[in-house]
Amino acid sequence: MPFACIYVPNFSVAAILRAEPELKTSAVAVIEGKPPLERIIAVNERARRLGIAPGMTKAQAELCEGLTLRLRSPLQESSAHAALLDCAQSFSPRAEDAARDTALLDLAGMESLFGSLPEISRAIHNRAAALGLEPNVASASNPDAALLAARGFTGVTVIASGKEAEQLGVLPAEVLFAEELQKGKAATGLLETLNRWGIHNLRSLAALPQAALSERLGQEGLRLQQLARGATQRTLVPVETPLLFEEAIELEHAIVLLEPLAFLLNRMLEQLCARLAARAKAAQELRLTLELETYTSRKEQFLRTLRLPVPMLDAKVFLKLLQLDLNAHPPGAPIAKIHLAAEAARSRAAQGGLFLPPAPEPEKLELTLTRIAALVGENKIGALELLDTHHPEGFRMQRFIAQAPQKQPCKTAPDAEEQKSIVTALRRFRPPLKANVTLENSQPLHVACLKKKEPHGAVLWKAGPWRSSGDWWEREAWSRDEWDLALQSKSEGQISFYRLVHDLLAGNWYLEGTYD
Amino acid sequence: MSSAVVFTSAAQSRPLVFDGKAVPEVSLPEPGEARPPQAVRYAELSSSLASNPKLIDVTQASRLEIRPAPEMVSSGISAIDALTGGLPRGCLTEICGSASSGRTTLLLAALAAATRRGEFCVVVDASDTLDPHSALAAGVELDHLLWVRCGEDTNSRSAEKKSRAKTFFSSETRQSDHRMEQVLRATDLLLESGGFGLIVLDLGDLPPQAARYIPLTTWFRFRRVVEHTPTILLVIEPQPIAGSCSSLLLQLGSQCEEPDGMHALRPTHAHLLTGLNITAELLCSRLERKPAQSTAFESKTAWAG
Repeated sequence: MPFACIYVPNFSVAAILRAEPELKTSAVAVIEGKPPLERIIAVNERARRLGIAPGMTKAQAELCEGLTLRLRSPLQESSAHAALLDCAQSFSPRAEDAARDTALLDLAGMESLFGSLPEISRAIHNRAAALGLEPNVASASNPDAALLAARGFTGVTVIASGKEAEQLGVLPAEVLFAEELQKGKAATGLLETLNRWGIHNLRSLAALPQAALSERLGQEGLRLQQLARGATQRTLVPVETPLLFEEAIELEHAIVLLEPLAFLLNRMLEQLCARLAARAKAAQELRLTLELETYTSRKEQFLRTLRLPVPMLDAKVFLKLLQLDLNAHPPGAPIAKIHLAAEAARSRAAQGGLFLPPAPEPEKLELTLTRIAALVGENKIGALELLDTHHPEGFRMQRFIAQAPQKQPCKTAPDAEEQKSIVTALRRFRPPLKANVTLENSQPLHVACLKKKEPHGAVLWKAGPWRSSGDWWEREAWSRDEWDLALQSKSEGQISFYRLVHDLLAGNWYLEGTYD
Repeated sequence: MSSAVVFTSAAQSRPLVFDGKAVPEVSLPEPGEARPPQAVRYAELSSSLASNPKLIDVTQASRLEIRPAPEMVSSGISAIDALTGGLPRGCLTEICGSASSGRTTLLLAALAAATRRGEFCVVVDASDTLDPHSALAAGVELDHLLWVRCGEDTNSRSAEKKSRAKTFFSSETRQSDHRMEQVLRATDLLLESGGFGLIVLDLGDLPPQAARYIPLTTWFRFRRVVEHTPTILLVIEPQPIAGSCSSLLLQLGSQCEEPDGMHALRPTHAHLLTGLNITAELLCSRLERKPAQSTAFESKTAWAG
């Protein structure tokens, strides 16, 4: 039964490089501790070549030119760890969270999906690289052999079944104690003992006689020998990772302008989208939380939520939407920390029906609606929803969602539909035009609006009044008389039909609209 | 292919020159000789030009493909369909008329027909005049309709107050300009977005001078963007403004006759506005060369039954 291991060397540095990919070509060291006692905890290969090693002080490291120092970021490390698990889970549902930099996965039955073992290993490596990690990937017939190979060999390694001892033999003995060494502990007593015996690689350890080794090192010695031979057998402990997609960046210097913020958001969104794609999900909602630097010591949080009409997975669209939203609602203070979370949802089916009418693309439409909302106002664009009231403006705007119809629209008798659709429409004046009305026997005789260009003239014909009222149980009660009028303008001689309203509560007259 | 320049010098009887190369000589008449008929001369010239290898790939103008006629869809009113053949997709259609001429009735009928076909529609409302209850009564499926309400927002109004003393224009003109800018920008974005069956620009209540300020290039751009798409671009306006960019131009008007019983001694609440008698005149159609025609239809108010 084949297993694979994904191991990210220098994990603290890898987490930093994932957030700042432009540093991949430079020497980077990660420091931790309270000033002025910061110490280096991880370095990349370039920094190692410059002579930088974990344990050095910051002052010592600063003497080296061309070295970039970064503070350890637990937030970025947790994002990188989540990305690592996403990568593992995208290939197999049985994945073990072996360490923060290591994931093990069971590849049983995956050949039919992803091809042979080397192909799967390469695919895992490529996907991890797409998620911003540079891992070592190894596959073997048991999880421990895969783990040792991933920690010992760079790149992609495939160990054929039965050749574990042969291929692992060249690895140094330190591989067996990698976790202890990573934690900065001194070499364990066992490693010192092995070094004193002249055992420097796994082949030498595997060749030792079992009984003699057990007498000297006990059960731990036997376990290490089994590991060196690649002969251990154990079951995986699969982990069920929650679908949490979050990325965060802590900034050393607060940013003020939206342009550099957009630059950082772009990176985070790309990582987020890659993680969502790895789990075959899309984003239904984006939550951006900015931690702001204020003059007071108290830190303020600025939260923006983008609720998307349909699940989407396009980093560019998300970035544009966030940019437009931040332009409309700027944070108002320098930004010290960025946290971006996506609520995952099932990806939508992209293909529409062959005989269905076209519908706007949701991504394009959402961008367009946001741009127009920035132009005309947020509450002035959308679909109509009528309210259960007799109030003349009894409607509200709701979000417009262009869901493509799932079935062909039914065809009814065209004549009946047409007769229904030739309805004399009202064009409303918003706000209604205040009018001076001359009455005769309580009926309008002449109407004149306040402005010269607005409708005015003698009443040729009238119908009404039609009385209505409502909401008397609330503060915004209304009561009105409606008249339908034909007005003849003196200047143009043109006859037009209007709706005249008498507000019974305020006593004012208004022209509410024209029949057109 | 580079442009070809043909120099002729019949008087000196020199051979034709094409891009600096001599083409086979065309037999030109002597000064005293009778000229051959035009058809013969044309045949000779075309045969000599056709023999030039540079002209082999050039398609003759007479053989150029004719642009296919646009698909016509129902406007929702059979009288209008009979007059114009429907509304053309991928084209700009203008509907003009004064107040109470039936423009909005036709607009809602077209929206109802489009939403019945399952298409998504947009109304870019320059004056925020759409009445949702009329739309529902006309049969428009409201969840398929996107309504863009242009007009003044509070921010721009405060900015306008600040700049009022510095400008010479009236506030009405400035408001119209601002609205017009919103309308044109929103329409641009919606056309670029694509996927809509019907996009309506309702400029019906804008002052005519404001509508006339729209540069003709804007209408050309709209026409180009909407071309080769299944979208109908419909403009409602008091007067024609798009010029040669519109494929169809309809002028609407209503006959406002005195309703029966006006002079009768009946109370006014016994009267009822039942509808309008609307006449439509086809002023221009670039799809088919038709003489100006007109038709008439009746609309009913929602309460007329």
